[in-house]
Amino acid sequence: MEDTGIGLWGVPLAIFAGAIRVSTPFIFVSLGESITERSGRINLGLEGTLVFGAMTAYAVAVMTNSPWLGVLAAMASGAVFGLIHGWICKFPKVNDIAIGIAMMQFGLGLAFFLGKSFIQPVAPRLPSIPLGGWSDLPQIQSALNINVLFVIGALLAVALWWAFKNTRIGLILRVVGDSSDAARAMGLNPDTVRLLATAVGGSFAAVGGAYLSLYYPGSWNEGISSGQGLMAVALVIFARWNPIGCFLAALLFGGAGALGPALQSVGVTQGYYLFYAAPYVLTLVILVATSSPTRSLAGAPGALSITK
Amino acid sequence: MTIEVNTPALSPLSASSGNFRPILEWVARRAEPVAISLGAILAGLALFSIFIAVVGKSPIDLFKLMYTGGFGSWFSIQNSLSRAAPLLLTALCVALPARLGLVIIGGEGAVVLGGVAAAAAALPLTGSVSPIVVLPVMAIAGMIMGGIWIGITGLLRHYRGVNETIASLLMAYIAIALMNHFIEGPLRDPASLNKPSTAPLPPEYLLGAIPGMDVNWGLVIGILACIVSWILIEATSFGFAARIAGGNVRAAQIQGLPVGRLIVGFTALAGSFAGLAGMIEVAAVQGSANASLAAGYGYTGILVAFLARHNPLAIIPVAILLGGIDASGGLIQRRMELPDATVLVLQGTLFVVILLCETFYGRFKIFNPDLWKTPVLKRGTV
Amino acid sequence: MTKLLPMNRRSFLQTTAAGAAAIGLAPSLFATPAAAQAALTVGFIYVGPKDDYGYNQAHAEGAAVIKAMSGVTVVEEENVPETVDVQKTMESMINLDGASLVFPTSFGYFDPHMLAMAEKYPDVQFRHCGGLWQEGKNPMNTGSYFGYIGQGQYLNGITAGYASKSKKIGFVAAKPIPQVLQNINSFLLGARSVDPAITCQVIFTGEWSLAVKEAEATNALIDQGADVITCHVDSPKVVVETAAGRGAFVCGYHANQSPLAPEKYLTGAEWAWGNVYTKFVTEAQAGTPLGNFVRGGLKDGFVKMSPLGPAVSAEARTKFDATLADMMKGSFSVFKGPIKDNKGGDAVTAGQTLAEDAIELESMAYLVEGVVGSTS
Repeated sequence: MEDTGIGLWGVPLAIFAGAIRVSTPFIFVSLGESITERSGRINLGLEGTLVFGAMTAYAVAVMTNSPWLGVLAAMASGAVFGLIHGWICKFPKVNDIAIGIAMMQFGLGLAFFLGKSFIQPVAPRLPSIPLGGWSDLPQIQSALNINVLFVIGALLAVALWWAFKNTRIGLILRVVGDSSDAARAMGLNPDTVRLLATAVGGSFAAVGGAYLSLYYPGSWNEGISSGQGLMAVALVIFARWNPIGCFLAALLFGGAGALGPALQSVGVTQGYYLFYAAPYVLTLVILVATSSPTRSLAGAPGALSITK
Repeated sequence: MTIEVNTPALSPLSASSGNFRPILEWVARRAEPVAISLGAILAGLALFSIFIAVVGKSPIDLFKLMYTGGFGSWFSIQNSLSRAAPLLLTALCVALPARLGLVIIGGEGAVVLGGVAAAAAALPLTGSVSPIVVLPVMAIAGMIMGGIWIGITGLLRHYRGVNETIASLLMAYIAIALMNHFIEGPLRDPASLNKPSTAPLPPEYLLGAIPGMDVNWGLVIGILACIVSWILIEATSFGFAARIAGGNVRAAQIQGLPVGRLIVGFTALAGSFAGLAGMIEVAAVQGSANASLAAGYGYTGILVAFLARHNPLAIIPVAILLGGIDASGGLIQRRMELPDATVLVLQGTLFVVILLCETFYGRFKIFNPDLWKTPVLKRGTV
Repeated sequence: MTKLLPMNRRSFLQTTAAGAAAIGLAPSLFATPAAAQAALTVGFIYVGPKDDYGYNQAHAEGAAVIKAMSGVTVVEEENVPETVDVQKTMESMINLDGASLVFPTSFGYFDPHMLAMAEKYPDVQFRHCGGLWQEGKNPMNTGSYFGYIGQGQYLNGITAGYASKSKKIGFVAAKPIPQVLQNINSFLLGARSVDPAITCQVIFTGEWSLAVKEAEATNALIDQGADVITCHVDSPKVVVETAAGRGAFVCGYHANQSPLAPEKYLTGAEWAWGNVYTKFVTEAQAGTPLGNFVRGGLKDGFVKMSPLGPAVSAEARTKFDATLADMMKGSFSVFKGPIKDNKGGDAVTAGQTLAEDAIELESMAYLVEGVVGSTS
């Protein structure tokens, strides 16, 4: 008859746990998009890539009984989507924002089509690291049951941040992103760099999708994504193209997403739809607060079409 | 000095086609978008056929079914027209700002909130006021709500520099949450037990069907909206200013054009069309505002607008085409045992190919009007 | 896992003309006219995917049962939204496939869509799952059918009552509509029949199918101490897997989800639509009028329970079987007064008993005492 609930502490704990659980797809998609946008291209099609990656990972995991093979397959499919996007955007007069939306629709349609027969089967899950063993409370144990991909994402964020600043590849990326002419003067081919950057961005986004279908919520169906791919693009701008900023923004978003159910569980039941809108409102408010019509966004790659 | 672009193969033609040359020039200019769009659609269909063949089904059967389901009988045609009706308006919501150079994809939000506003406006009036008054009031309420919603996006873009694509999308998600909140909360009809809705409109208040057809008046409203938009863009100074601003904002500002007012005005107008689509869905189809308002019309409208290259008149045939594709989806599901996502794959393929083919504009010499121009100087003279 | 029978409907339809003529001749060829089964095309419309381990799958499994009947062709369409699309789908099935019996299975299809089609096609029979068909108000070629699955949730609650150590159980619900509220209340009342101190917490996700919210809700419930979880969403797959993954017990709904969590699955309240559809089709083929307001529970075979899982104790099993037997005799009512609601008022007064088909149940708007949560 013991009361194992934790009352009001449930809310901050849920926000914390939610921040970790729900943010992982956002982390990967925004890191991938930050690479793409640093090179001067915007890829709005990541929502389609994410869902296709989720489907691919689930399908391969079901067929091979290995979740990691699923993740690898997802990365490959994401790279292909990125390559297609990058290749099409190379041509003059092609509107890359519109192509992104088109690729999103294409990716979604293809994912639903091919994924029909995988809605029922159960796939093996990605492993998690139980960091909460020190606590007796099952809630804390569960909250600290951190998925491997989250850890990888965190490390990736730091690595990318360091790489952008200190490595030659980072420099190439930034130069191409700031000015195609300067890049050509340096002997680089901006189209090739952007193509590769978009491919890498796509493969990261697909990993984010793999997390959704192979860990949390851990199932493949047509409602698996609620716009994470598109939100993540907003997060990149909000984070000023800084990978560590992307990581933190993703955490913020994940925490906001967990707010609704957590509040209901402690009795705040009025207007729960409004709480479900919280992540979007938060993103919009922050975007508005940090944008300015006169100065171009600080740190924006010069060649990025949305800032022109 | 006129530089002649004659190629030897064509010079006999231009030498002998005296009076026809201005016509040829006119045809060449107009033919380009039609030819390239048609070519793109054919290329998209070809790619899709390969996909279907790889999956193991017959593309020929599929296209025959698409024709049957979309246009093969009077019933099918009406089916397609019904589905096209909301798309006409939601496509305008994308096409109008696009002429200004803005990419707005949040029309879905304007549709749902427009529907809620229309239903809310009707609540105090049904029963006591005649339908002739109530329906326009609903339409105005829907248009104002939709106009505000997308207009905010335009405002944010001009005055705060917020990217309108992302902002409109965020607003769409917020709008759907608000719709759910209102429909299940303050505006809920207590009698709508298992499907939360606003109070149902009595039958005399419903927007009926076009006489002789099984399609509601929303189709006519949509076509009128497209025509009005085309006139606005092509034949008014407001539209002209917008097209200039769309080409180069900096130049427009230097010229003294009120870019801010243009942006807010066009986005609000675009949003009002989407809000009108929401009102029509409430008044002609559902009879009340409920969660089925979020049926994806806004998102399909994006596709229609881009396929029509943001030309309001072209939106009409494109919306009907897409309505036909959608209409055939059910038949494809039932007869060929293909999933409903087949239609999504086709639409996505067409979308990508059409956008890719933008790059062909200006590349084919045959469409260059100068080729067909009356030469002022003879060949060889400078 | 159901594998729906593959059928090449196109070739079937092409030969239907010849087939219909042959069937017309059949009575004169056979000795007994009853041997000829009238050719019947039945249309099914689902609002989601057929294999969602939940609501739509339950209907699809029912459709699979009648596919096997002789003379019956089934056409199905899934993912049809509750807009003019479903009207056009119904018309397409009627005009192009020759359907004469249509089952639109989602609640939102009833008004105005199915009613509009029923007026337009008076020779076609429409039967709707869950809608409130009213005599005199709705046309006679329409009707509704539904099952008293609240009884099933009560039985779920009994197993939950015995299995719960924390005396807290949880419910992940989509929207606060009467059918869902009745399930929540039945679940708690069943648990309280075992231990009156048990409480049930409910979280509303707001959508019929939203995987991330369902997973979050499940985690939030378990964080607050619930150790048995059930749900009423279109596809319980995510809730079942998440709850079992956290170590909680689960009770299933709509369909049998035990393959997803064999150790933690206690039992489940499932639909048995196959029986309902078989009855409708048999009546249609015989030419007798179809029922307009068709309801039934465990007793009538509309609803069934999943086999009890390994975690159900012998004591629980005894009480489960006894209550089930009472329900099968028709002598058991879940809502027997006095029952208070969770705001302090009276839901069911002392001495009052709400039978399964009581009209008050169809408009339930309260949560009973012991349920933590609110309807708005």
